[in-house]
Amino acid sequence: MSAGVGVDLENLWIRFGDFVAVRDANVNIRGGDFFSFLGPSGCGKTTILRAVSGFLEPSQGNILIGGKNMKGVGPNKRPTALIFQNLALFPLMKVWENIAFSMEIKGASAGERRRRADELLEMIALEGQGDKLPSELSGGQRQRVAIARALCAEPHVLLLDEPLSALDLKLRQHMRTELREIQKRVGITFIYITHDQGEALTMSDSIAVMRAGVIDQIGDGKTIYNDPATPFAASFVGENNVFRGKVKQVSGDRVLVQSNRSGDLLARVSSANIGKMKEGDSAMIFIRPEAFQLARTGTEGDHYVSARVVNEEFEGNAFNIFMEGDGGKEIKVSLPNHGQSFDSHKGETMTLRYDVKNAVAMPAGVLATE
Amino acid sequence: MPRFLKDFLNRNGTGPGLAMLGLVLFWTVGLIILPQLSMLDFSFRPNLPPPELGGPKDLYTLENYKYLVYGPEGGSQAYNTVDLMVFFRTLVAAVCVTVFNLILCYPIAYYLGQTRGNHIRVLALLLIIPYWINEILRAFALRIIFGETGVLNTIFMGIGLFDAPFDFIRNDYALYAGLGYAYILLMIFPIYNVIESLDHNQIEAARDLGAPWWRIHWRVVIPYAKPGISSGCTMVFMLSAGALAAPQILGGPSSLWFTQLIYQQFNDSSDWPQGAAYAVVLLVTCVLLVLAVMRLFKVNMGDIGK
Ligand SMILES: Nc1ncnc2c1ncn2[C@@H]1O[C@H](COP(=O)(O)OP(=O)(O)OP(=O)(O)O)[C@@H](O)[C@H]1O
Ligand SMILES: [Mg+2]
Repeated sequence: MSAGVGVDLENLWIRFGDFVAVRDANVNIRGGDFFSFLGPSGCGKTTILRAVSGFLEPSQGNILIGGKNMKGVGPNKRPTALIFQNLALFPLMKVWENIAFSMEIKGASAGERRRRADELLEMIALEGQGDKLPSELSGGQRQRVAIARALCAEPHVLLLDEPLSALDLKLRQHMRTELREIQKRVGITFIYITHDQGEALTMSDSIAVMRAGVIDQIGDGKTIYNDPATPFAASFVGENNVFRGKVKQVSGDRVLVQSNRSGDLLARVSSANIGKMKEGDSAMIFIRPEAFQLARTGTEGDHYVSARVVNEEFEGNAFNIFMEGDGGKEIKVSLPNHGQSFDSHKGETMTLRYDVKNAVAMPAGVLATE
Repeated sequence: MPRFLKDFLNRNGTGPGLAMLGLVLFWTVGLIILPQLSMLDFSFRPNLPPPELGGPKDLYTLENYKYLVYGPEGGSQAYNTVDLMVFFRTLVAAVCVTVFNLILCYPIAYYLGQTRGNHIRVLALLLIIPYWINEILRAFALRIIFGETGVLNTIFMGIGLFDAPFDFIRNDYALYAGLGYAYILLMIFPIYNVIESLDHNQIEAARDLGAPWWRIHWRVVIPYAKPGISSGCTMVFMLSAGALAAPQILGGPSSLWFTQLIYQQFNDSSDWPQGAAYAVVLLVTCVLLVLAVMRLFKVNMGDIGK
């Protein structure tokens, strides 16, 4: 199978009339990586993928695949294969004909095509199903056929447009592992699109977080989760409690913020924003629900906020506690369930302790839910 | 009572259900099957003056069919070459009109079906509006275009392409154009209907896998559009083989359409049995031809109704 090649987007702009769907995107995707674009619906993910596969000419900027500029190269001539959001299998062709369609174009004999299709069917664990029609397969099986059909074309880059969104939860989780395994086995570059942060975090070597046509942050899953670059990335990927306020004092990567409702909070400036925060600026601090510890009282030297327990909820792997801080500030805390007994604290006022390195500060900006 | 009938009556209520059933039965049996059967009956009877109807001479005979093949008894020729020629020419011409229509209409239907936007509705309307005009008027309009002093000749002579006017009518160009034009919509709309429901992603998927445009049509679009193509072709073929107005108005003086022969026998020579026999032969041949072609292209009867 062909080795993966890198894909570079250089100052990529895509406009539809006056509407800017992609704004000045710069991305370097390493060959052989599993790279994800993560963003809410309508942020321009499909648009980027269509530009990479060649169905859409960028308004400005370049797309390089394996270092070669793709300007003017049609979709049937690019070393990419696209898996569509709705799969787009050919309903009137048998499964094996679907898989071997790209070989048919190159003029391979029926015997050759059948042999290759059977090999790929084995790889996707669908041996002996080649003579069925796509409509006779289950959703997950169709999914795998679409992957086999794309792989049969021996692309250097596989583009996947939310291929798991139509599947039910269990199958989706199973297919995540499977996709990742297939990617490792064939070794080609995967560019994966999703609005599901769980998918992006579990599968990707690298993730680009997108918002309304703009790429907010590129990094591996841990970086994006632990060290978000923008309020959008912090609030879109995973759950987060946000505290707004004004910067009181900065020293190195530590910042003291006078929050609007929860007193003064000490936090760590996120890596992307070091040196960008000044006294008097509005700031946001993000503390994840699992970064809090619940205590009866705060002790001197601790970093904490106080809040009253409003509601409690058992989610299986965690206890979720919904709290109300000063001035009605809602705070969510989640405690991992490791078999401890859990006493209800409903109505009590508690202290929420946190580690400064888990409180991430950055200049105020747009949140994902706004 | 069969199950589907019971379901039908339950769904619609007994009274309205029976009424609907009655109307459909009246339509198919009373207006289609019975008249056709009586034509069939006519075609096997001798042409007798009214007093002798039902008399001793009114016996079933194959004479009317023999006439098409052998001509009048004791005629100068062994076969009825004139009528047979007209018959085959009509069939061949109808096939040509159908194929020509398909080649012309498939791209239009594809464009209409796969392009998004409001201008598509305008285009469809522009296709439909000319058909608000009576068929005969449309045929005469074509005469004006194709006539000896018509629009085409004036233009071509004006730009110096022809020295003398070209007789489009005597050479049957006008007839083919007229027949082709008459049923364009019946070809476009069934194909358009299917192609409109074809997921555009499939076309892009084929392109992404490296297929050139012609292979995309050959392997993806045409197989998908087959039901539409077959119902369009069937209608155009049947209707042009059975057309009367266009050949009457646009045909050259020497070239007859088989329907014109039938018309003459019914009307001019008042020989209903003979006309009926010709009509039956035309109908049966056309149906057999359509069935044979459907079999060749593996089209199911059910697909046609789509
Ligand atoms: N052909 C087009 N003409 C005009 N606007 C378009 C066109 N295609 C996409 N857009 C706009 O560009 C934006 C991005 O669309 P895109 O399909 O890339 O979103 P997406 O991130 O893939 O969303 P989803 O997760 O819902 O698939 C949308 O606001 C959409 O309305
Ligand atoms: Mg999309």
